[in-house]
Amino acid sequence: MAASFGVSSAAAANAVKSPALSPPSLPVIRSEARPISCRVNKSRKAGKITTKAVAAQAENPASAASKPGHEVLLFEALREGLEEEMERDPRVCIFGEDVGHYGGSYKVSKGLADKYGDLRVLDTPIAENSFTGMAVGAAMTGLRPVVEGMNMGFLLLAFNQISDNCGMLHYTSGGQFTIPTVIRGPGGVGRQLGAEHSQRLESYFQSIPGIQMVACSTPYNAKGLMKAAIRSENPVVLFEHVLLYNLKERIPDEEYVVSLEEAEMVRPGEHVTILTYSRMRYHVMQAAKTLVNKGYDPEVIDIRSLKPFDLYTIGNSIKKTHKVLIVEECMRTGGIGASLTAAINENFNDYLDAPIVCLSSQDVPTPYAGTLEEWTVVQPGQIVTAVEQLCR
Amino acid sequence: MALYLSKSGKLLPHFKQKICSLGMISLSSIASCFSQNPPLSPEHGKTPYAAPSLFASRRFGSVKAENLASINNTADSQALNFPGGMVKFTPELKFISDLPEERINCYRVLDESGHLLTSDFVEIDKDIAVKMYKEMVMLQTVDTIFYEAQRQGRISFYVTAAGEEAINIASAAALSMDDFVFPQYREAGVLLWRGFGLQDLANQCFGNVGDNCKGRQMPAHYGSKKHNYFTVASTVATQIPHAVGAAYSLKMEGRDACTITYFGDGGTSTGDFHAAMNFAAVLEAPVILFCRNNGWAISTPVSDQFRSDGIVVRGQAYGIRSIRVDGNDALAVFSAVHMARKMAISESRPVLIEALTYRAGHHSTSDDSSKYRPIEEIEWWRAVQDPVARFRKWLEIQGWWSCESDTELRDRARQEVLDAIQVAEKMEKPDLGEIFRDVYDFPPSNLSDQEKSLRQTVQRHQRDYTHFQL
Repeated sequence: MAASFGVSSAAAANAVKSPALSPPSLPVIRSEARPISCRVNKSRKAGKITTKAVAAQAENPASAASKPGHEVLLFEALREGLEEEMERDPRVCIFGEDVGHYGGSYKVSKGLADKYGDLRVLDTPIAENSFTGMAVGAAMTGLRPVVEGMNMGFLLLAFNQISDNCGMLHYTSGGQFTIPTVIRGPGGVGRQLGAEHSQRLESYFQSIPGIQMVACSTPYNAKGLMKAAIRSENPVVLFEHVLLYNLKERIPDEEYVVSLEEAEMVRPGEHVTILTYSRMRYHVMQAAKTLVNKGYDPEVIDIRSLKPFDLYTIGNSIKKTHKVLIVEECMRTGGIGASLTAAINENFNDYLDAPIVCLSSQDVPTPYAGTLEEWTVVQPGQIVTAVEQLCR
Repeated sequence: MALYLSKSGKLLPHFKQKICSLGMISLSSIASCFSQNPPLSPEHGKTPYAAPSLFASRRFGSVKAENLASINNTADSQALNFPGGMVKFTPELKFISDLPEERINCYRVLDESGHLLTSDFVEIDKDIAVKMYKEMVMLQTVDTIFYEAQRQGRISFYVTAAGEEAINIASAAALSMDDFVFPQYREAGVLLWRGFGLQDLANQCFGNVGDNCKGRQMPAHYGSKKHNYFTVASTVATQIPHAVGAAYSLKMEGRDACTITYFGDGGTSTGDFHAAMNFAAVLEAPVILFCRNNGWAISTPVSDQFRSDGIVVRGQAYGIRSIRVDGNDALAVFSAVHMARKMAISESRPVLIEALTYRAGHHSTSDDSSKYRPIEEIEWWRAVQDPVARFRKWLEIQGWWSCESDTELRDRARQEVLDAIQVAEKMEKPDLGEIFRDVYDFPPSNLSDQEKSLRQTVQRHQRDYTHFQL
């Protein structure tokens, strides 16, 4: 599924009308007769919303209706996933700051409070450790909370509850209590948001036993991962990226989930395995265009599952290409790339023709000035150079 | 803005500030500004649960925008509808005192010799009362013997609830089995009351195959889903937001149950305590927040922990109904928890209970409290304020208990506990696989690999691991 960058954010967000509101307990009545398997509200598709924010070829209604699926922006895909799960299971609830009537800082929960009420889409006071703790308590007593960190960086305040309780209580209670929470939020380096709002928490959380970590990168896998995370009995941390919320893609109308533990093959190739995730996937793909023109054939894998790694997919790729480049946004020290390098070296050393190359951000807080910020994030040019050197 | 306006009407009766004399105050006498104001609530001294409800229950609902002008159109310009509600103005530059004139009084039913001081308490029938006493004795016995066992090197660690037996048993007795308990670590008595066996306790402390925590937690970190007692975690006060979250889930379900969480004076300094109190009030969650103010957080006395009048005064700061009780008085604790439970469930509100007591034992087996507090103080509390003795005296006055029964009970309890320890000691430890199970619902490949690797290591170096169970 090819995804495109949606340039305008405000226009697209405002243009989206929330789906036809219906009381949760009644069947949703649709104007068109549709098979039951089509869970998505058709009213959204019937020309009421303007999904096109980018000036691209205008889809006339006739051709739009003939293509399968519907177009969404990534944050809408997340919301669709949330909504479908809330509809399906009355135990699913949302905790977070400004998630209720405000709809969330990135509009992921927009419209849900109107539909499901203030209690199920709960606005919390500003105390990340404590509302994460609340989610742990609620999860242990049967609910399935989705905790939103307004920015992933704020969840550092919740580290105690996430590591010592979320990750541990299933184990220390001898399996008596499960904690099926989802902890999600936008992270990564944005556009001049400042150091505190540019955190990559996957580095810090990756050691915590008992949690799973996944990173979404397209509307398709965002929705699928959200649904899978909610259905999982384990606590799952879902990493979203601030700059990817307006990605546009056509996703299926039918219900689907994606696997929490699988990597995604973005571009099969022969010469080099490029492992990446989240926003860096797009820098890699941009570099891939250049590389293809220069005659290289990179295999690009979006690892998606940050904990545990999908060493099966990764291993198969390495056995084919014998060269690995990791492209990540984490800091060099202790990042996902560092762990992935170690895991690959241990498991696939025999298959490597060259040492693993890992491109990461420097070990610095993210500066504010635009140029400085850009230099701390791996750019396509660096990726091209790295591949050229690897493949020499 | 609209949010605050619509709720202001209901918050209005909440602010019963006393407007002091409107006479002129010379600004040069700054001292006069710091007068000792009586506390905001005029109710202190009376039994709080008889106090009139200060606020109507607010429902969650969509906010309606209201006409700014009509709300603020008060003929007297002595009040303003600020965000948060109507507030009256005062021309006096006066600060509220840091402490109330008198400390909040402490609810007590029995005196030290077991005599009733009041008729204002919840009656307990003979069966419950006797059971309470027996469990208090059992708790004392368990604590004594397990503590000794640790000193003998048979278990690695233990925490006693010495001096807090009334808190443990009486609060448990006032709850129903459907109420969720989120303990800190000095509430083993609550679990005992609910039917957790001596053998289960011993198994957990020894971390053997019989342990329902499967050898994964420190001694005295009990947990039992069957008994609605949530596994103890060593982290301080993390259980308080858990309890609020669980209360939230009960509220969503509309169940006839509440949650209760226990914490000490030290735990109230944490961020989690603050936020959980705040959340509970905002959410109107049915949770009982039970503070065991026993005067010490390891070696930190309460004077170094906070400067407020204990914990009870914080209730009002968060908009939570609160009461201070004598924690060594089983009848007082029972009554308070009984009423708190009723309020929590029927009115869907949190309630704060501060039980004043004394930590008669050391913080844990890793502590020797004689290093930081006088032994005479410990001895006095143990002897004069012993909650178990006081309750027994009351039972004897009632004619429900006797000295002979006591000796017999204690001997039997001692024997049962010793037996349980002996059995637990001999039981095997859990097998190696328990290291890797329950980290997730199903083990991911990296954990399976790690388990395989460990098994190989143990196999290869069997001589180094002979005392381990494979």
